[in-house]
Formats: sequence, structure tokens, C-alpha cells
Amino acid sequence: MDYILNGLKHAIVLIFSFDREVFEIVGLSLYCSSIATLLSSVCGVPSGYIIGTKSFRGKGALVTLFNTLMALPTVVVGLFCYSFLSHRGPLGFIHLLFTPWAIIIGEVILAYPIVTSISISVTQGIDPKIRETSLTLGASPFQSVRSVLFEGRIGYLAAVVAGFGRVVAEVGAAMMLGGNIKGLTRTIPTAIALETSKGEFAFGLALGIILLSLSFAVNIFLYRLRGRGGK
Amino acid sequence: MKKKRLLSILTISAMVCFMAFAGIAFSAETLILASTTSTDNTGLFGLIHPDFTKKTGIRVYVIAVGTGKALEIARNGDADVVMVHARKLEDKFIADGYGVNRRDVMYNDFVIVGPKDDPAGIKGMKSPTEAFKKIAESNVVFVSRGDNSGTNVKELTIWGLSGVNPKGQKWYMETGRGMADTLIMMNDIEKAYTLCDRATYNSFTADGKIDFPVMVEGDPILFNPYGVIAVNPKTYPHVNYDGAMKYIKWITSKEVQKMIGNFKDSNGNDLFVPDAK
Repeated sequence: MDYILNGLKHAIVLIFSFDREVFEIVGLSLYCSSIATLLSSVCGVPSGYIIGTKSFRGKGALVTLFNTLMALPTVVVGLFCYSFLSHRGPLGFIHLLFTPWAIIIGEVILAYPIVTSISISVTQGIDPKIRETSLTLGASPFQSVRSVLFEGRIGYLAAVVAGFGRVVAEVGAAMMLGGNIKGLTRTIPTAIALETSKGEFAFGLALGIILLSLSFAVNIFLYRLRGRGGK
Repeated sequence: MKKKRLLSILTISAMVCFMAFAGIAFSAETLILASTTSTDNTGLFGLIHPDFTKKTGIRVYVIAVGTGKALEIARNGDADVVMVHARKLEDKFIADGYGVNRRDVMYNDFVIVGPKDDPAGIKGMKSPTEAFKKIAESNVVFVSRGDNSGTNVKELTIWGLSGVNPKGQKWYMETGRGMADTLIMMNDIEKAYTLCDRATYNSFTADGKIDFPVMVEGDPILFNPYGVIAVNPKTYPHVNYDGAMKYIKWITSKEVQKMIGNFKDSNGNDLFVPDAK
């Protein structure tokens, strides 16, 4: 029980001591998760839009596939990517393993199905009259897509946020692909895993509190971006 | 307007972050060392590596996992140099063509530790194999790391010599985790024995994280030597062989060997004995 109180105390001390190692860890987590979320959203929202609006054979199967991939175990993704990025694997010559970009690749694979899946649902929930009306009013296809995306912006933002949440807190892929190297590929969750395995529970909890605060701050920022125009 | 400004701030900070990280990644020459949790968790690397960076300008990145995993990473060409403690596995690693230029670095020993009241009655026994036999007979929990680490390999060797096969027995608990992790877990198991390396045992006891007495120590089979091996550049031409050889030369040098010898836990106990020949 005193872990929690010690953890809180430790968290406050850590934040205000500007401990260099903690800043490196937090910085890396933000760096990898933001880029991964950005990349997976840039691919995922349009994917969701296309799948949501077009009808084609196997659409049902594809939607089901994306829903299934939302539950990909992080360590399995880590293992899968490791086999490609390892120097023994086909992409070893790029020398990405045990660097932040290997973590980002794994996290994109984790976040993309989530962003896509939710975007599909959002797209399917938008009144089709929005698109028809804009085309009738003389909008170009590009402009009509923009109207639809704008209409569903709250839902699409939720998809992005869900993707971010998934990757900022995951351990499996970051551990396997990054190696939890001090000063290079140690993210907040992998650092927590290491500290708790050494019995430093209070430190682990402190990092966890910092992670939650970070997530909170990012979410506030994203919701500010969407503006006060809510339904 | 407000949104546009937020977006441009975001883009600029992203670019700054990217450049900062790109800078960190490419500014210094790097060396990837795959090593064990027992060396990393004691803080040894944190102590000595800055000296290496100062002398050579090379940054050492440590991947601290069990010996088995460290050697596997090296077998895949994903590390430049390894430092582990399982002679059998090391010899095979070299024989299979993945490692070259092995040097002894340091040693300590393994100890069998257990609960204060010693239900299996092994305290003070001289022979680890006999002690293991007694633990098996007494039905008290034995915690194994079960992760192909140096400690695990030694533990299984002793079981082999004792004639008891612990796998699948109810009292045999395999955690699949590091030494530190396993010791912390033992705090929550009522009564359990385990095999532990002296360095982790000393530093964790000194820090008050565990409180188990040593039951058996001193037998030659418990000798725990650490070796450093460069990954074979003929097998993997891309590895930083030059850096690896510099590292081996540095860690076996008199100065660094002295540093290793002077490294103690907070109770003043030795953790590793320097042994470069």
C-alpha cells in the first residue's frame, strides 16, 4: 500500500528534479508514440474512409480482419518485426533494429488496425446525404470527401486517440524491437518493466504516473485542436 | 487562426525532436553489447562504461537479457560484442563461428539461498548436488529462472549431477525471468530455494530488497566466470569489430580490472573479482 504513496511522492520528485534519464525516457516515448500515431492515422483514417464508403466483394471479411488485428498481442508484433529487422532477416541491411525507428515500425503496425477499424465505423455512421448534397452543390470529389471527414471529425479524432493510447502504453514491441537500451530505446513502459523487475516498485509507479499525465496532456491538446465545434 | 498556429507549433516541435534524436543517433560511434541481467542490474556497466566512452569516443549500448538470449541476439548479428557467463554456451557460440577472441573478464560465484528456517535442512552443506537432492526430497519449492541464462545453465548442470530431474515436478517453479525479478518474486513465496549469482545476491541484500541467508557456497562447481567475446566479422561483416576489439582490450586492461575489483555493494562486499589473463 505504501508503494502507491511512495510512488506519488517519487513521481513529484522525479518531475521537478529534471532528472536527465527520466527526461530521455519520456522524450523517447513521446517521440516514438507521436510519430507512430501520426503515420498510422495518415494511413488509417483514409483507409477507414475508403473501406467505409465503397462496397466490394470481401468487404465484410476485411472489416472483420481489421477488428481482429486490433487485439494483436504486442509481443507477437515485436517478434514478427524482429524476424524481419534482425541482421539475419531480409531487412537487416537497413540496420534499424535496436533503434527508435524499429519501435516506431512496430507501433505503427499496432495502431493502424485500431485507427482503421474505428474510422470505418465512423465513416459508416455519417449521414450519406452529406456527401450527396455536397456533390449536388457542385463540390469536386476532393471537396466532398473533405466535407465528410469534417463531419466525422470527432469520431476520427477518437480513432487517432485510441491509436495513441495503444502505442504509448505498450511494452512487448518496444522491448523486442528497441532492446530497452539505456539512453537510446528505453520508453516509459519498458523502463517500468525493468524497474519493477529490479524491485524498484515506487520508481515504476512514479513512471506510470508520469505516463498517465503525459497521455492526459496529449489528449487535452488533441481535443483543443478539434475546436469547440462539437455536436 | 488559433488552430493554424497550434499546428505550426506542433510541426516545428516535431522537427526539433526529430533532429535532436537523429543527432543523438548518428553523432557518436556506437557499440552494441549484449550482456546479462546480473552484470547490468548491479550497476557495473553504469560505472565503467563512461570511462570507455571517454577513452575511445564510442558509446556503448547495453542490451541486458539472459545469457541465452544475449548469445541468440549475437547469433543473429544484432550485437557487436557479448559478455556472458555460461562457458558451455560460449564455447558452442565460438565453435559455430559466431564469436572470436574470447577473453576472461571477471568471476564470482553462485550461492544457494533459501528461507531462514531452512525446511530442507541444507544450510552449511558442502556439496551443491547433495543439497539439491535434499531439496527435491523435502518437497520445498525450488525457483528456477528457466530462461537459458548463465544461472539457469549452472542450475540445470547441478540437477543433472544430482540425478534428479526437476522438470514437471510440483515443487519446481520456472519463472522465465531475470535474477532480480526472480529474487523479488521469492519475497512473496512462503518458502523457496534458488540458485543466485553472488553479485545480484550481495547488492540486493545490501539494498534491503531481499533477506535470505546463504545456504550453500564454496564448491568449485559454483564458480562463475564471465567472458567477453567479439562477434565474428567473417560471419557478419557489418558489425563494429574494431570497436568490439577496443572494448575487449579496454575491459581487460589493468586500470579497468582495478575498477571492477573496487566495485562494491553498499555493505562493502565485493561483487566481481577481476580475472583477465
